[in-house]
Amino acid sequence: MKRQRPVYRIPKLNVIPIARKEFRQIRRDRRALGLLLLIPAMMLVMFGYALNFDVKHSALGVYDEDNTKTSRDFANLFFNSEYFDHTYQLHDSREMDDLLDDGTVLGVVVVPTDFSENITSGSEAPVQIVVDGANANTATTVLGYINAIIQQYSSNVMAKTFSRLGGQEIQMPIDLRPRIWYNPELRSAKFLVPGLIAFILTIAAVVSTSLAVVREWEMGTVEQIIVSPAKPVELILGKTIPYTIIALISTVTILLAGYVLFDVAIKGSFLWLFIVTFVFLVGSLGLGLLISTVAGTQQVAFMIAVIATMLPTFILSGFVFPIRNMPPIIQAVTYLIPARYFLVALRSIILKGVGPSAFWDQFLLLSAFATLTLAASSIRLRKLLQ
Amino acid sequence: MSTQRIIALLKKEFGQLFKDKKLLPLVFVAPVIQLVILGYAASFDIRNISVALCDLDKTAESRELAEKLVTSGYFTIEYATDDYGTIASYLDDNKVQMAVVIPHRFGDMIVGRQPAKIQVLVDGSEGNTAAIGVSYLNQIVGQYSTQILTEVNGGRSFGGINTEVRAWYNPELKSRVYMVPAMLVMILLITTMNLTAMAVVREKEIGTLEQIMVTPIHPWELIIGKLVPFIIIGAIDVSVVLVVMVFWFDIPIVGSLPLLIGLTGFFLLTTMGLGLFVSTISHTQQQAMMVSQFFILQPMMYVSGFAFPIDNMPRLLQGISWLIPMRHFLFIVRSLILKGAGIGDLWLQSVLLLGMGVCVLGASILRFRKKLD
Repeated sequence: MKRQRPVYRIPKLNVIPIARKEFRQIRRDRRALGLLLLIPAMMLVMFGYALNFDVKHSALGVYDEDNTKTSRDFANLFFNSEYFDHTYQLHDSREMDDLLDDGTVLGVVVVPTDFSENITSGSEAPVQIVVDGANANTATTVLGYINAIIQQYSSNVMAKTFSRLGGQEIQMPIDLRPRIWYNPELRSAKFLVPGLIAFILTIAAVVSTSLAVVREWEMGTVEQIIVSPAKPVELILGKTIPYTIIALISTVTILLAGYVLFDVAIKGSFLWLFIVTFVFLVGSLGLGLLISTVAGTQQVAFMIAVIATMLPTFILSGFVFPIRNMPPIIQAVTYLIPARYFLVALRSIILKGVGPSAFWDQFLLLSAFATLTLAASSIRLRKLLQ
Repeated sequence: MSTQRIIALLKKEFGQLFKDKKLLPLVFVAPVIQLVILGYAASFDIRNISVALCDLDKTAESRELAEKLVTSGYFTIEYATDDYGTIASYLDDNKVQMAVVIPHRFGDMIVGRQPAKIQVLVDGSEGNTAAIGVSYLNQIVGQYSTQILTEVNGGRSFGGINTEVRAWYNPELKSRVYMVPAMLVMILLITTMNLTAMAVVREKEIGTLEQIMVTPIHPWELIIGKLVPFIIIGAIDVSVVLVVMVFWFDIPIVGSLPLLIGLTGFFLLTTMGLGLFVSTISHTQQQAMMVSQFFILQPMMYVSGFAFPIDNMPRLLQGISWLIPMRHFLFIVRSLILKGAGIGDLWLQSVLLLGMGVCVLGASILRFRKKLD
């Protein structure tokens, strides 16, 4: 820190000494360094398994009010279905209330008393489905399973009626064959792992730097910085570089863990992956530094960092909840969340394997974000140092 | 223990809180803004799936199908093209989530009673949207098929099954109803735990803890003085957030409010305890922040059932989730608010929560006292 300002005229940035100081400080705090390097990969391992929308191991109830041969055959379809781990036979409607209330079953199929009569006479047979709607997403999926089973039975019944009326073999008029690209088995892990990468990196980057400046302030070491010849830009860059390197290392470990454990391979170009990640990281670190220069105490810095990163990145970036379904005002708010752009680029590169033509606009916005946060934090710092 | 000293300490703590002009709005206003924004955003409901339509047929039949997609409300046709070769690029460039191709002679085949094929390409990189989108599409096409069959049969129905769906606890199947009570829990956790952790470590880092230790203050008094302000802040946050939930989001509390408040007290025991625990194992505020972020907040967010159903996790993680207080409190809050569950349904979770609260808070207090002695 005591180096003399160089005599030559060309403005030269004294970034290295500051970066070196920051590095030493991080390295001395073994616990913090360990946390920064290992936690991201650990998080991916743990959460990669936890994050899953697929509805498995759920239970269903069947309440057969009709209790005839026909209705029992119909009910058996649910007992033998592989969609549900367990199917309960219900005997009265009180039982239905209880099982739904305590969450034992996610849905109940109610077969009314006139079921077999309707089926044999060829008229439409109503069947009631009651689902636990508390978790709408799970309810939709369970409904899909139940409907698929009923649909099949229904087509059989229709075919029989048709042939009895003297028709030939029935064929559904439209044949729908969906093909799913990029993630044919529709595994949640595949689409959540890139999101998790964005989420973990945002948190690691913003949280680790948000205390960097304000700490010097609270500890009183900022006076020493003021008397040193270091310029605000140098300080900002010097403080960013070590964290960028650490965060890049954790990105690599996350990607490796994603490949080994969740079979998420990178289809696209490594170079673009690196460039996009780098720009995103610089922007997030800039944001962390900006928070650090705005907050007066570490406590405030921490609160701002958590409020600005954790829930918004989780909920507003498109990581878990699709942005298209949000109300327009909230959609406008999501443009302020840099992870949103990063996520589109990540999914394009990792899952789709497409080039920059698919995400150039996102990349430009990310670069603007990085420039903006770095510039703003430099300006704030200059003001603070004066 | 002397009430006088505790009151003096409380005055000091509150003075410190109110002096920090930036902290107060963060503590009281931020939760409401967060709840409102995130309450609207945290939705799994799939609507307006973007579609590129390639109608190569252009007959009344193909147009009817396209119209059925749009009127269902689940799909929006963003692009229409006649060029089959460009279909892939719409998906590659993130322009649409689904491409529907209606081939040549689609109408002829329908009229000629032959099975007509429709090609659908789905972007699976957003797996949840893709799965639900395909099931909606199946329903719409299935209905159209039945309609055609009925027309062939001269308007007579073929029987089959007619399903009537009723969703309990959340008749419109809105995910907001499930997520907003959970946000309440999350916001409570973030505010109370973080503040407790930082408040204690801060004194340690700045060195003022030493000064307090040389005063005649008893460790117990110090702990009470540190925790009470945050219990009050937590209580205010809960009330504000509950008011927003009931009056803004229109999610009534079906169960008993006093029971909810009592059980929230149990949960606060655990968050305070965890905050205090973090502060005893950290030397600097940076460490405290990372420990609470990575070891407490994140696991709680993912493994508690906040957004991802616990039933789908591997057995090991399901076991771990039992140790997470937020899992039990989330269950309590959702069952009580949405289903109107009483203590008879929630006693197990309540006992676990209380046990954890007493253990965590007790252990942290013991650890904290030892450090002070």
